Amino acid sequence: MGNDAHTPDAAASVDFEQVQSTAQFKELRKRHRSFVFPMAVAFLLWYFAYVLLADYAVDFMSTKVWGNINVGLILGLLQFVSTFAITGWYVHYSNKRLDPIAKEIRDEIEGHEFDKHGNRVGGATK
Amino acid sequence: MITIATAVDVAALKETTLLNMGIFGIFVAVTMVIVLRASRNNKTAADYYAAGRSFTGSQNGTAIAGDYLSAASFLGITGAIAINGYDGFMYSIGFLVAWLVALLLVAELLRNTGKFTMADVLSFRLKQRPVRIAAAISTLAVCFFYLLAQMAGAGSLISLLLGISDWGGQALVIIVVGALMIMYVLIGGMKGTTWVQIIKAILLIAGAAVMTLWVLAIYGFNLSSLLGAAVETANNPAVLNPGLQYGKTETSKIDFMSLGLALVLGTAALPHVLMRFYTVPTAKEARKSVVWSIWLIGLFYLFTLVLGYGAAALVGAETIKNAPGGVNSAAPLLAFYLGGPLLLGFISAVAFATILAVVAGLTITAAASFAHDIYASVISKGKADADTEVKVARRTVVVIGVLAILGGILANGQNVAFLVALAFAVAASANLPTIVYSLFWRKFTTQGAVWSMYGGLGSAIILIIFSPVVSGGATSMIKDANFALFPLSNPGIVSIPLAFFLGWLGTTIDKKREDTAKQAEMEVRSLTGVGAEKAVDH
Repeated sequence: MGNDAHTPDAAASVDFEQVQSTAQFKELRKRHRSFVFPMAVAFLLWYFAYVLLADYAVDFMSTKVWGNINVGLILGLLQFVSTFAITGWYVHYSNKRLDPIAKEIRDEIEGHEFDKHGNRVGGATK
Repeated sequence: MITIATAVDVAALKETTLLNMGIFGIFVAVTMVIVLRASRNNKTAADYYAAGRSFTGSQNGTAIAGDYLSAASFLGITGAIAINGYDGFMYSIGFLVAWLVALLLVAELLRNTGKFTMADVLSFRLKQRPVRIAAAISTLAVCFFYLLAQMAGAGSLISLLLGISDWGGQALVIIVVGALMIMYVLIGGMKGTTWVQIIKAILLIAGAAVMTLWVLAIYGFNLSSLLGAAVETANNPAVLNPGLQYGKTETSKIDFMSLGLALVLGTAALPHVLMRFYTVPTAKEARKSVVWSIWLIGLFYLFTLVLGYGAAALVGAETIKNAPGGVNSAAPLLAFYLGGPLLLGFISAVAFATILAVVAGLTITAAASFAHDIYASVISKGKADADTEVKVARRTVVVIGVLAILGGILANGQNVAFLVALAFAVAASANLPTIVYSLFWRKFTTQGAVWSMYGGLGSAIILIIFSPVVSGGATSMIKDANFALFPLSNPGIVSIPLAFFLGWLGTTIDKKREDTAKQAEMEVRSLTGVGAEKAVDH
């Protein structure tokens, strides 16, 4: 195993429909989607709200807050901040909530716990 | 302030030509040695297309930044801020925020299910032939538009940085740049291309960082004073407010939204960006790549904010507009103002390296798509062995390189800035809906994919042809004719929703069902990484 492209594909004989229907996989899918979908919607809405403000609320965006720094510049820089924050948040979430369960499923499959007929055969060779 | 503005003597720029060429020559020599060393291990298709999947996340993230931060971002955005103020800055925000789509929805799932190209993922559970052909066509279209824009941009850079203004001289430089690029890609494959991008990204970001600190130091590290100085030189307080460029009319406002949509949804569907995710060993490294690139790209765009306003304050919009190269000359002129010929030489060399690296990335992507998707899977119906496929890919590199050189010479001097926006719009319309549907929508079918891809590609191109960028305006490509039936310069706001709609429609009225076992396999693989392509062990 490991870094060799020529090992036979460990996943070739796996019944993926069986894996797909396990509670463990459903949990992984739920955790993934319940994070990425709302987050994608949120940042897209926030970005387009910003674009609309820049397009149609020029006076508001031009309001000086401190020295020559106006609302538009602050909101623009906040787009940078939110992008960095979501990136950090996703990495943290993946490490804690997605990677461990994905690794468990992967180890089980690569140890051939399921055959073509969906039967559990033997334990994972960890 | 006015006296400072005239301190930049544009004519003096030409005296630094030899220095610029010297620094660029050193870059070429160093990268060529690295490419030759990297090419020793180019044996298999995975080596040639995906660098043996052996780069780390941080290396690949730096290479992605090198691939993404084209001359258009560096020179274009700095110039746009220097001249149009805040609206130039809004440009860079779209370019950055877009990476969240790649991070959250695309990068890891794609790394887990594909091999070399975008089409690998799209055709995973659908019918191979029609989907692969459609994906390859849109890949080639995006690469072609992007490539042509870069090569044509090289022409105007040459006139600015090397002081070569005659057509023949510029053509010669385009040929040299193209020939160098062909050598890099031919010899080094993805590994060589990646190293060129990494070195270029480090030089570009370091150069921009030095200039940024320099500008900030002039204003006592006070952003507000810098902005004040920009207002004073421009003699126009509106440079700090949105709307100078896009706020003119109702159409231009909608045009900006259309552009924003294409930027945000197009980035994660650019084939040359997607292909970079295959150069790392695992999905986790693909995630790390995106995180690195988000930090580097974000940092870089923050620099361009300072550089743009710095150029506006220290060089002045009038001087920039009147210099050879126009808007694009803001960053080089600022470099000359700050550090004299040496810094200008360095920044100019970096700008050339930028074109070289981006063009190389596009070429290897297009060649891989042709050899892997069209030749191996469609023409020879999967019977070609990997060696033949790589041979075809290498020949394609030469063909694409020659086409890029010819296109660059022909398009030199043309207003082709819209080609980059078009590349993003095509990527967002033709590729993104199908990527998202095939990763997340269980019922998605071949008919939906084909409708969405051709519909998105076709509508984006047709709308551009009938838009003011091609005809009917003072800055149009064809000034004498007017067939601009579509008012917007950017087709995204129409073509992207249309492509999503066609994907949905094609699927819901499709009587055929796709293989549920394949769907299960794709879903399990994409989320867990089971059976994902492993790194090549040398």
